[in-house]
Amino acid sequence: MRADTRNRLRAGLAAAVLALAPLTGFAAWEPTKTVEFIVPAGTGGGADQMARIIQSIIAKHNLMKQSMVVVNKGGGAGAEGFLDVKGAKGDPHKIIITLSNLFTTPLATGVPFNWRDLTPVQMMALDQFVLWVNAETPYKTSKDFINEGKARSADPAKRFKMAGTGSKQEDQIITVAIEQKTGLKFTYIPFKGGGDVAVQLVGKHVDSSVNNPIEAVAQWRAGKLRPLCVFDPKRMPYKTKVTDTQAWSDIPTCKEQGLEVDYLMLRGIFMAAGVTPEQVQYYVDVLKKVRETPDWKDFMEKGAFNQTALNGKEYADWVAKEEARHVALMKAAGFIAK
Amino acid sequence: MEEFQSLMQGFVIALSLKNVVLMFAGVILGVIIGVLPGLGGANGVAILLPLTFSMAQSPGGTTSAIILLSSIYWGALFGGAITSILFNIPGEPWSVATTFDGYPLAQNGRAGAALTAAFTSSFVGALVAVIMITFLSPVVAKFALEFGPPEFFAVYLLTFCAFVGMSKESPFKTIASMMLGFAMAAVGTDPVTGALRLTFGHMELLNGFDFLVAVIGLFGIGEILLTLEEGLEFRGTKAKLNLRVVLDTWKELPRYWLTSLRSAAVGCFMGIVPGGATPASFMSYGVARRFSKDGEKFGTGMVEGVVAPETAAHAAGTSALLPMLTLGVPGSPTAAVLLGGLLIWGLQPGPLLFVEQKDFVWGLIASMYLGNIAGLIVVLTCVPLFAAILRIPFAIVAPVIMVICAIGAFTVHNAIFDVWMMIVFGIMGYVFKKLNYPLAPLVLAIVLGDRAEASFRQAMLVSQGDMSIFFSTPLVGVLTGLAMFLLLWPVVGALRTRLKGR
Repeated sequence: MRADTRNRLRAGLAAAVLALAPLTGFAAWEPTKTVEFIVPAGTGGGADQMARIIQSIIAKHNLMKQSMVVVNKGGGAGAEGFLDVKGAKGDPHKIIITLSNLFTTPLATGVPFNWRDLTPVQMMALDQFVLWVNAETPYKTSKDFINEGKARSADPAKRFKMAGTGSKQEDQIITVAIEQKTGLKFTYIPFKGGGDVAVQLVGKHVDSSVNNPIEAVAQWRAGKLRPLCVFDPKRMPYKTKVTDTQAWSDIPTCKEQGLEVDYLMLRGIFMAAGVTPEQVQYYVDVLKKVRETPDWKDFMEKGAFNQTALNGKEYADWVAKEEARHVALMKAAGFIAK
Repeated sequence: MEEFQSLMQGFVIALSLKNVVLMFAGVILGVIIGVLPGLGGANGVAILLPLTFSMAQSPGGTTSAIILLSSIYWGALFGGAITSILFNIPGEPWSVATTFDGYPLAQNGRAGAALTAAFTSSFVGALVAVIMITFLSPVVAKFALEFGPPEFFAVYLLTFCAFVGMSKESPFKTIASMMLGFAMAAVGTDPVTGALRLTFGHMELLNGFDFLVAVIGLFGIGEILLTLEEGLEFRGTKAKLNLRVVLDTWKELPRYWLTSLRSAAVGCFMGIVPGGATPASFMSYGVARRFSKDGEKFGTGMVEGVVAPETAAHAAGTSALLPMLTLGVPGSPTAAVLLGGLLIWGLQPGPLLFVEQKDFVWGLIASMYLGNIAGLIVVLTCVPLFAAILRIPFAIVAPVIMVICAIGAFTVHNAIFDVWMMIVFGIMGYVFKKLNYPLAPLVLAIVLGDRAEASFRQAMLVSQGDMSIFFSTPLVGVLTGLAMFLLLWPVVGALRTRLKGR
């Protein structure tokens, strides 16, 4: 009898352990050392800001037991950072935030990496692009602007000068997309950062820019710049007045105005290849908590971000589709390295 | 005097106990960051940025946060000079020009005097810049808007031209050295086409040659190799070890008031434009050498040769915050990180910041006065301590310097490749010294080469290849003309003496 009870007890225990095993095994992975958060761009830019705010939120709300350090690896238009993560196969202590250079850099420079060398974790948001002109110019709508631009296209010396961040990256791709849709010709002038671009436009050294909202908002509020349209198929949802008369939601979409160009930039998190699903899930959970904080929501509104946030297969599909679009756009523009 | 009232209000905010403690903590941290080569002010501020995030959310917290971060910046500006003077290793890019006379001074046993001069003139430069920010910010901010690509290129050209012919070596050696620097600056990503160039398929070269790695190698390692050859002797052992040296040097400093004033002007100009502290220090050194009575003796250990670059660097570093606040354009890498900080805390740098965030702006400006005073107190009291480092035998110091240099080079990009590069640059620095080629133009070209190239090519895009754009407005015309004048000055001078001789 006693032996029987013991056996039964043993069986019961074994069953309990078996039942618990998948549960604990599933949720058990956690970083065992400091997590490196790589930014494939320099300090101070949009990607860097987002990485540092994620890091701040995680630290402030104690969302991770281990600490996180942000490391900038911006060499070769971000290739340095991507190659670093590509080489760290199976390392769960390294995550990377991407911008459009995930697609544009390998295409434009021929440096061998691709998003398929990484594991998609979580899309945090999409960054908007707005067509800006100096507030002292007479162009009130993108139509006015495009018509004048077309009239000036014949003479290279008189063409509109479009200032943008970097070369063969998002700003120039949008510029080329406008050219392809309208037949207008720009002189594209690359600058180092979005802030420089905004100031060059205020100083009337150039005619237009496609700055992100956060890069140009201060000059807009001061009445120095005028937004013509946003390159998102839908209007931005933020209804709080930014200037005395306008909110982000008052800016028409370029589509509404007959300029059939849309472009949004990925701000998403990836890991190295060869990590386990549990490890990916850990970061998805942490980042979910980040997105739920008021700090994050505040940041989203300030930068007028598009808050689409995908993960898993949906995210991977989105990235694949976006990659195909970049290949098409860059091929048409002649930006692909031979 | 509306500004004056606002400033007094700012002092009230900045002088709270919490903010004063943060100020000293920031300055001390900054000095340490400035001393360590490789770990620049930008990195230091970036590392501490997340810490300030929760701090910024309490009422008045953003002011405390910016006081902490900007104090680190002041500390780094002060600290960069220390290793330049003691070991010929610039801790920060803007202290390269400080080595030219600072290190010879230390070798002559006057390390204390060099350090005191450096710190004091840093303070003077900062003070002039803060006064300008206090009273002239609206005017100055408008001036910065005048700067497009051709203007920027003209400023860089001016820096280069101020430098050619200023070194003791023949102008041809200077130009050769500068051209090599340009070639190195070209490695990496082409700023206009985005293509990779001169990397020969090596991924390590994607970044190009980092200025910091080059400087640590050329100056630090190169100097150690030279000292090794000269028989392991360190001539700093005579360094005096008490605070008297501070007072003695202060007695000497008023003599250089004109140099200080000129350097502060150069610095403020370069900070506002924004060209940055590094070109400011080089340009100011070049100009001081040309206009000083003792110009011939520059490079052999003149206090004036320390005053000029330090005043300008600190003036530029300080005034670089003005375009950051009013326009959202960072004037230096550190200002770029501070800018990111402002955005993270929910402030919008731009024309309205002065109107909407009065407490923040004036608290910051008041803290610039106080932070620099705090910095001066901290570093001056440490002068004997720093100078005493030179008493340690070279056999002990040299390996320590080697290790610090290697760590510094590694820190720049977290890459072991950079440590090897540092050693290659070290050997190059040694060979340059032996062949009497000047290192400074090489370094200057590495720092400014790609920026000058980007501005030039942007200007060419704007004008569709027409060079007359560099004379198209009065502003750019004056800058370009001044550059040409400085470039041809030695030739004119030589002609004049020849004509007189006849």
